Amino acid sequence: MAVTVFLTLLGAMLLLGFAAARWRRPDDIHSLEEWGVGGRAFGNWVSWFLLGGTMYSAYTFVAVPALTYGVGAVGFFAVPFAIITTPLAFVFTARIWSVAHRHGLLTPGEFARARFGSTSLGALVALTGIVATMPYVAVQLLALKAVFSTVGVKGEWPLLIAVAMVSLSTFRSGLRAPALLSIAKDILLAWVVLSALLVVTMSSGWGEIFRRAGGWFATTPSPNDGLILSDTGQLGFVTLVLGSVLSVFAYPHAVTGMLAAKDRATVRRNIAASPIYCLVLGLMALLGFFALTEGIRPLDGDLNTVMPQMFQKLFPAWSAGIAYAALGVAALIPAAVMSISAANAFTRSIYRTYLRPAATPAEEARVSRWASLVVKFGALGVILLLQPSYAVDLQLIGGVIILQTIPAVFVGLATGWFDWRALVAGIGTGLVTSLVLLWDIQQVGPGGQVVKAHFGGSSMPVGDTGSTVYVGVVALAVNLLVATVLTLLLRLLRVPPGRDRTIPADYVADVDDPMIKRLDEILDGLPARPGGAHARTAGSRSP
Amino acid sequence: MARRARASRIWYLLLVPPTVAPLLTPLYNRIEPTLWGLPFFYWYQLMCAVLAMVLITLVHVATRERRHGWQ
Repeated sequence: MAVTVFLTLLGAMLLLGFAAARWRRPDDIHSLEEWGVGGRAFGNWVSWFLLGGTMYSAYTFVAVPALTYGVGAVGFFAVPFAIITTPLAFVFTARIWSVAHRHGLLTPGEFARARFGSTSLGALVALTGIVATMPYVAVQLLALKAVFSTVGVKGEWPLLIAVAMVSLSTFRSGLRAPALLSIAKDILLAWVVLSALLVVTMSSGWGEIFRRAGGWFATTPSPNDGLILSDTGQLGFVTLVLGSVLSVFAYPHAVTGMLAAKDRATVRRNIAASPIYCLVLGLMALLGFFALTEGIRPLDGDLNTVMPQMFQKLFPAWSAGIAYAALGVAALIPAAVMSISAANAFTRSIYRTYLRPAATPAEEARVSRWASLVVKFGALGVILLLQPSYAVDLQLIGGVIILQTIPAVFVGLATGWFDWRALVAGIGTGLVTSLVLLWDIQQVGPGGQVVKAHFGGSSMPVGDTGSTVYVGVVALAVNLLVATVLTLLLRLLRVPPGRDRTIPADYVADVDDPMIKRLDEILDGLPARPGGAHARTAGSRSP
Repeated sequence: MARRARASRIWYLLLVPPTVAPLLTPLYNRIEPTLWGLPFFYWYQLMCAVLAMVLITLVHVATRERRHGWQ
């Protein structure tokens, strides 16, 4: 029963993805503006769902409850992380939207190039983004795999079919496919959350759940789990939250959904309402404790299966099927958006910059389509051919190294003060520091023996204090220091800085801005007739 | 015009509490008081999400740019 509902819903979703190509069909989908950011024409509702679909992935809904299940309070870090992201995004995403709208930008790498006047910096940011995104796609697919193994669908072919289907629909429809799927996904997810609430209400209630979970954590030998943070655990918690917040502004896929919004007000309205997703996330995280007290045990020791296992045990079969489908689609949507963003980063900052400067919009769209396939099947290859644990290691490293682009991308939104050479040196130092520090982290088992000698986590010990700190934040501090000192040095030596091609007004421009000026130096070979929002702007404003 | 821009900028200070509140772990890292059985650690953070929503909406409404008006 559960399997039938699951497979039927998943199949229906994927068909929807194919239908998306016809939805609000533009005159010409063969440009990156249409394929990559849906013509920058998404309204309030679509933007809202796409935001939730991209940022709150299956990995979040599977891994976060698995964390609270495993370690308690520390696993709740995703909630403060999501909350802090919203006020910052309210200010900065609106700026990203405006400058991207005015200059026709699609990815952080292009922004870094325009802001600091350096193609190498842009390519470095794009490359770091692609390297960090690939394993992120892989862990989404791992979440899907956990659902499949709970349902009892064995073997690797179901994963292959699901990825093939979503790849084809993305290939065809671009960002429209995940956008339409997000709406359907959120309906399923709302069902899951409501029924989970109902199940908890009908059980012993939260007081009892926390009392029993507290008792359980007291019996484990590990000092770092529990219902609240240990005294030495707070620094690690806060730095992990901060690092995760910043990385949201650096991953190429994080802004893609918002760039597709039709105007600035849509961006702001959506972010103002987005803490609703934080509440849902908090609720899912609390379900980890519920699973713990209900005696749910993961399959083959894979914590990712805790949530699917809980649905199987506590929901009626048909309802569990809906929950599986929600998780499955929640894995495929971000995988699609991430592959689109990584592909755009490749096309804009590497292919057109270094390989084919004269590429037409149609050629750009074609390259991105194929690159998105490479990203998805590359990620699939990683988890099928290598050990799945490599994907998790790579994702861990990815989360740390993407932070190194923060000075160029996020700080760059506020100031163009840094010199591009200093930023490149900063990113380089930050990347090396990250890898060295991560390599040294051991994973220690309950008995005190070393389970894993290298890449055992992302928190490094601070001296002998017993506290830990998130590696990404340490490496970012080193990176910022290098970038600042070198910039000062270059200024002293009177080395001419790169040319900033943006002006302050670019960061507050709106859709009806009459001064729309896309920089031909960056975006040469403009479409003769720009698509989407630009078509209207150009059409109504040109003299 | 300039004064209006400055006045609207002050609204953005309302974004500071939801940014800072979830980082103050020494303040909320405790079990009591509980709410509906949830330890303080958890319901404080859920309340932070509600606070964020209210304040950001307020800032959005107060600083809404009038389309066409700013030229």
